[in-house]
Amino acid sequence: MTVESAVQAVYLVAAVLFVLSLAGLSKQETARRGVLLGMTGMGLALAATVALALDRSERPVGVTAGLILLVLLVGAAVGTWRARTVEMTQMPELIALLHSFVGAAAVLVGYGSFLTEPHTAGAGTTVHLVEVFLGVLIGAVTFTGSVVAFGKLSARLRSSPLMLPGRNWLNLAAVVACGALLWWFLTAGSTGGSSGLVPLLLMTVVALALGWHLVAAIGGGDMPVVVSMLNSYSGWAAAAAGFMLGNDLLIITGALVGSSGAILSYLMCRAMNRSFVSVILGGFGAEPGAVVEGGAVEPGSYRETTALEVADRLTAARSVIVVPGYGMAVAKAQYPVADLVARLAARGTTVRFGIHPVAGRLPGHMNVLLAEAKVPYDQVLGMDEINDDFPGTDVVLVIGANDTVNPAAQDDPASPIAGMPVLEVWRAREVVVFKRSMATGYAGVQNPLFFRENTAMLFGDAKDQVELIVQAL
Amino acid sequence: MRIGIPDDGGPLVPATPTTTARLVGLGYDVAVSAGAGAGAGFPDAAYEAAGAAVVSDAEAWASDVVAITRAPDALATPGPAGLRPGARGPDGLRIGAVLIAQIAPAARPDLVRALANRGVTALALDAVPRISRAQSLDVLSALSNVAGYRAVVEAAAEFGGMFSGQVTAAGTTPPANVFVIGAGVAGLAAIGAAGSLGAQVRAFDVRPEVAEQIESMGATVVQADAAAQQVSTDGYASSLTADQEAAAQRAYAVETAAADIVITTALVRGTAPTTITAEMVANMRPGSVIVDLAAPGGGNCELTVPGKRVVSDNGVVILGWTDLPDRMPRHTSELLGTAVANLVQLGTPERDGRLALDPEDVVVRGMTVAAGGEVLWPPPPVAVSAPAQVRPASLAEPPSRGSRPAGSGSRPTERAHPAVRAVLIGLAATLAALAVAASPADQAAHFTVLALAVVVGFYVISHVSHALHTPLMSQTNAISGIILVGGMLQIGSSNPVVTTLAVLASAVASINIFGGFLVTHRMLGMFRRGDTTEGSRR
Repeated sequence: MTVESAVQAVYLVAAVLFVLSLAGLSKQETARRGVLLGMTGMGLALAATVALALDRSERPVGVTAGLILLVLLVGAAVGTWRARTVEMTQMPELIALLHSFVGAAAVLVGYGSFLTEPHTAGAGTTVHLVEVFLGVLIGAVTFTGSVVAFGKLSARLRSSPLMLPGRNWLNLAAVVACGALLWWFLTAGSTGGSSGLVPLLLMTVVALALGWHLVAAIGGGDMPVVVSMLNSYSGWAAAAAGFMLGNDLLIITGALVGSSGAILSYLMCRAMNRSFVSVILGGFGAEPGAVVEGGAVEPGSYRETTALEVADRLTAARSVIVVPGYGMAVAKAQYPVADLVARLAARGTTVRFGIHPVAGRLPGHMNVLLAEAKVPYDQVLGMDEINDDFPGTDVVLVIGANDTVNPAAQDDPASPIAGMPVLEVWRAREVVVFKRSMATGYAGVQNPLFFRENTAMLFGDAKDQVELIVQAL
Repeated sequence: MRIGIPDDGGPLVPATPTTTARLVGLGYDVAVSAGAGAGAGFPDAAYEAAGAAVVSDAEAWASDVVAITRAPDALATPGPAGLRPGARGPDGLRIGAVLIAQIAPAARPDLVRALANRGVTALALDAVPRISRAQSLDVLSALSNVAGYRAVVEAAAEFGGMFSGQVTAAGTTPPANVFVIGAGVAGLAAIGAAGSLGAQVRAFDVRPEVAEQIESMGATVVQADAAAQQVSTDGYASSLTADQEAAAQRAYAVETAAADIVITTALVRGTAPTTITAEMVANMRPGSVIVDLAAPGGGNCELTVPGKRVVSDNGVVILGWTDLPDRMPRHTSELLGTAVANLVQLGTPERDGRLALDPEDVVVRGMTVAAGGEVLWPPPPVAVSAPAQVRPASLAEPPSRGSRPAGSGSRPTERAHPAVRAVLIGLAATLAALAVAASPADQAAHFTVLALAVVVGFYVISHVSHALHTPLMSQTNAISGIILVGGMLQIGSSNPVVTTLAVLASAVASINIFGGFLVTHRMLGMFRRGDTTEGSRR
């Protein structure tokens, strides 16, 4: 058992490295070290696992080693290719896709574990069966949920929520069915043999459908929460796999990831002033007519402006705040925006970015895009840091943001987004909104900001318009 | 309907030719008393060109809607109930007319009572609820802004030197040192104006969180940590404790002695605390200037006489002007006129020249101090975080803050009731304990590991900065690929089905690991701090 105990020691080191890795990610300065620590931990864990797998191998060692090598080569090739080619605007899709891999792996490992372990009657077997069942369940939900999230984020699926009649009852029915199947699975499984396979397969189908339906019912605007929720699920799936295999490293890592995703989801729900349950039950942003009747719709018309006019205002301005949203990501406008900001800064204008916590389709999405365009991160401020500065600001450029700058969240208690903290851009002297059309944002709520007197609308593709402004400067 | 703009005798006028054109555009007839705009530099001809009729004062007062800068005291005397033929001035205000003016309802209950008795609907421009939608009607902030600016102009006129430092062949002059007390709207405006003139500006406010605003205006923040007070729940400065008071006084003493110009704007809930004692004035240099913007509330300086210019024994000039906004009549009138036009526009949704005020609207309700014969002051509290409308008029308003409907933050559906939550947590804990108890000993150890790891994860992740959430997510994603361990251990199984499943599982999990780590690394490589790139930018 020397290999076994050595491996356990290495696992312990790896677990500690993972914790340190996540701790390192809490600050910009230490983040890269954090990633390196994580890589080291993973390398150690994998090396130890290879040793253990070879030691335990029931086949000729050469075959097992060959298979492991093959697997690692495939993973390294595909993973490296994806990581190198992905555009930063596609990051949410990639992460959702990777989550689905973890889900799929959890399902497969669960089946493997069910087929390998001997099944004799006893408390230990029952516990193991429950673990297998839960692992497969969570894995399957994560898998299809992530696939749907991937589809919605990459616009392969419609992003509007799927509204089946009685959708909450459908979910409940699926959960109840899984409970019944668990009971069947335990009675069949404890008699020995593989007779438990039928309920396990049935449950997998139900869980796959449940994952699909859960995420399909959630609108595109809530995708950041869904992605981090799936992140959490993928962690719990790994933890469940750890239970069935009796592997502490898997449990620790899974719990770290699971709680990380859960906290991120919570932070984002709080930023939108919505409860986690209401996001998960879905249906937000579903109003078909797009415009929701608010209590006090501001009367008036909007004012259109041109890139040249905006350039003039920027030249005269002493302080400027740029508020980007998902529209900037869609138009891939981060490079021209960064260029514009650099030019303004070179003239001595104070330029900063104001980022809403749920801007984009992923927490921190805007930060990543701006970092890609080499915007210094100390110019990029969060909502709480910058909200008090709008009154002293000459010009605010709202680039592809809508619901996150909607004054109705504060003024109109009848609004669906009432109470959601928003960037108070309207307090600045002038606001320029870059937008394709007067269409509503993801929440499907009309935005009174557009009709304010100090707001000017600049229609068209955000990238083209920003480039025009840069030329005019 | 006809909107009348009587001449209130002062330099200000609540309608400019520009806003008059807006009112006409809303469908109103506008009657401007002859010479009403002269003090602010708007000739009668300009009003006529904008579509108004120039009329006598009595005719203007007899309009359906009367807008005036300040409600005159004459209205408070219980006059004749209604229009007398030939009545002049305020006595000519009609029964049922609408009066738009600064009324100061808290300080002048008699006036509000008299207006109600007359059946007048009185809209107080200085009682606008402090919610974001009503900001375009808020004249207090606008006037504070003008007052802060004018305070610097007055100080510059009194001061025997230039504000900006100069090095010339004829000698070197140092820049003026300006010390601003209180960084509300007026204080910040003063900081900006003094800074633009070239002075070195230092500023102090008892609310520690406005330090950033002070710095954003280009002034240096005076530190007095012990004086830092807790902001009261409604976002306004509250009175200081004795310790804080003493610390603030020490800071004032040091700063005033070094300053050429002191501009003090401290008003706490309408009353002016003493910030500058006679002793501090005695320690200032002769020729220094103190401008006391709190003079309407009695003054921050012990030597201030409201409305007067005072020179102390050691030659320090103390200005207690209470009419600073009136001294910039053109722009103040423009701001007032815009607020009035915004209010009328709010009350004329049909743009048909008929004022249809919605009494349910919190903004209208907050401003309406009298209507239908009843006194409606004070209004019911508006659901905002800063119930500021109960405060009397003051110059040193802090900047209006984002006010959120308090009711919506805690909708009952939003969060489970604490008791319910406690029960649920207890239930979960019990179930978990039962599960642990029912499982074999080696499994129980795994539960311990799980629980500890969750706690560790919670603490570690809580500190991750928002900007790093995406890298965090792809990093945790990569780490969750650790499930590869499970797959690899099954590859060696003698069962070919299991091996196949395990190979598949390992393949997807390893994509996850490699892809996740590399993409995280790539993302973090992009984050950079400003100073490392400044050089390459140029």
